[in-house]
Amino acid sequence: MSSEFRNTVRANLAKPEVRANFYRAMDGLMTRRLDQFPDKVELERLRTQSMAIRANALSKLPELLETLEANLTRNGIQVHWAETTDQANQIVLSILQKHNAKSIIKGKSMVSEEMGMNHFLEALGVECLESDLGEFIIQLDGETPSHIIMPAIHKNRIQIAKLFHEKFPDIPYTEDVDELTQTARRILRDKFYAAPVGLSGVNFMVAETGTLCLVENEGNGRMSTTAPSVHIAVTGIEKVVESLLDVPPLLSILTRSATGQPITTYFNMISGPRKPGEKDGPEEVHLVLLDNGRSNIYSDPELLATLRCIRCGACINHCPVYVRIGGHSYGTVYPGPIGSILEPQKAGVDVHGELAQASTLCGACSEVCPVRIPIPSILNRLRYDGVRKDTANTNTVGSGKRRTLSEAATWKTWAWAATHPTIYHAGSTLATHFKGMLPTNLGAWTTVRSAPKLAESTLHQQVKHLGVDHE
Amino acid sequence: MSNTARANILARLREPQRPECGFSERDYLSRYDWDAAERVRRFTERMVAVRAEVHHATPDSWLDVVSQVCTAKGLNNLLVSPETVLGKQIHAQAERFPTLKTYDQPIESWKQELFYGVDAAFTGTTGGIAETGTLIVMPSADEPRLMSLVPPVHIAVLEVDKLYTTFAEAVQAQGWVQTGMPTNALLISGPSKSADIEQTLAYGVHGPKELIVILV
Repeated sequence: MSSEFRNTVRANLAKPEVRANFYRAMDGLMTRRLDQFPDKVELERLRTQSMAIRANALSKLPELLETLEANLTRNGIQVHWAETTDQANQIVLSILQKHNAKSIIKGKSMVSEEMGMNHFLEALGVECLESDLGEFIIQLDGETPSHIIMPAIHKNRIQIAKLFHEKFPDIPYTEDVDELTQTARRILRDKFYAAPVGLSGVNFMVAETGTLCLVENEGNGRMSTTAPSVHIAVTGIEKVVESLLDVPPLLSILTRSATGQPITTYFNMISGPRKPGEKDGPEEVHLVLLDNGRSNIYSDPELLATLRCIRCGACINHCPVYVRIGGHSYGTVYPGPIGSILEPQKAGVDVHGELAQASTLCGACSEVCPVRIPIPSILNRLRYDGVRKDTANTNTVGSGKRRTLSEAATWKTWAWAATHPTIYHAGSTLATHFKGMLPTNLGAWTTVRSAPKLAESTLHQQVKHLGVDHE
Repeated sequence: MSNTARANILARLREPQRPECGFSERDYLSRYDWDAAERVRRFTERMVAVRAEVHHATPDSWLDVVSQVCTAKGLNNLLVSPETVLGKQIHAQAERFPTLKTYDQPIESWKQELFYGVDAAFTGTTGGIAETGTLIVMPSADEPRLMSLVPPVHIAVLEVDKLYTTFAEAVQAQGWVQTGMPTNALLISGPSKSADIEQTLAYGVHGPKELIVILV
């Protein structure tokens, strides 16, 4: 079988340097997360609590969004709603136009990636500069993030040194991480100084107080949201929590799950633009709330759990598939296990449904998920939605479009045989008898493995022979 | 466009039967019974682990410590508010410090100097968190937001009686919800850093390269 996804996977598997970069990084991240949770009981308690906080917020989502909007508005933050990424881009554009702004300095934001905002704005002559060090590096190379919290994880120091030397030939070549970082600091500081508009994502929105929270280590998020005279935040509608007291446990489990840090350097709580008398901070703060398929996910009681995600990336860091194929293989904004459930739901199982099959269902992702998202069950559900016949009974976009006649017929025959004992017994006995004639070439499976062999006798025959004490 | 979008999104969210959620109480306040000395010990340990400098001082000695830090770092100037209680004391003994600068005008009128001409800033804090080694900073008209971000060195004073065990405890003990949030509130745990290049920690990416905490 050949598809775009399979082709990229094949191409990336053939890049030993990229594979080594991922292996090294993920190994370190898994160890560091483990070190942060020495007490298993505490970890499970915190996971249950965090799941409850997110589930509670989702159970009241429309009401909390209204409270959030009212409190943000009272605080002087302007709230915009977008059903599609195109609407969200138009809203950002209209704010830029109002200020006659020709450039944006960006803090890290996966939702802006989801919007394809850089492409959209650059086509209209607006410069969008990434200021997160990892994002800055991949932007220099014309790439997209390969991980949601460590966007340049696929590159090593030498590759970055070469890239900097190529893009900034006046600066002496160095492979020293500190020097490379200081080069980025100097370049970006001038940009922070001059930029008229800053853009950021949001980690948590607090309905109770009308507060936008940002988690980061570098200070680019603080710079982007403080130095320019306009700050635009873009985020998905699901990121709201009810109370300010919901934030401490979520922050704690987010940073520990993500990078193994007890807390990040900066936790930035923004509750309004510059007030009269204050001497800095943006004059205007805007929040763009993006739906882009989230309300559709919300309508399904099983898939809804996807929206609990706090974007820590732990599922990605622990995924045996991700570590081998790398983030770019997925061909989507969000890679790894979370991407494999989120992207097919947003774009449709007909478009990205194949991602749900790129999993061994080993369960490592759900074992580490701080909000206990049952990722393997959702992967299974999406596989089913892709091929199901009763598409009227699901809201999943593209349902049934991956259904093929041959696969359906195979399973139908199997189901019929398995539910008719005479046929089943005759069939299994026959297969055991003629096992030498079974094909040894089973397509892709047998290119790297031996074909499975049937046993000398069927299970029923063995049980009959050995006898059983009770049924 | 936005009003239709709002109505459509909220209507879609209201349509499905939503699961009942039995979650009512928020019982995640302090999990530890650390006494004052333990809080100081934990705070210091965490801060030092992320390469911040921590100095212990008394109400009588903290000015000396700030002065010594300025000399040790070879600072040419220091941004200090002349309005806060602590800032007033520094300004009163200006001769012991590098050239004192004040943030007494809107950023627009002196942005260039702040970005390229200030060596260090001194600020107070509204509290600290022992569990994670964190400063709570709530910028104000006297100590604006960029003071703790733009200059390469940030010197901050934390009064130990405002050192809480956990973040949740600080939020509750200081009544953040009841008093209303300031336009910007920050938790700061060390100098600016990144591990974006090969997971190797590098300090001073966009914010201060050095964070110096004086516990009083």
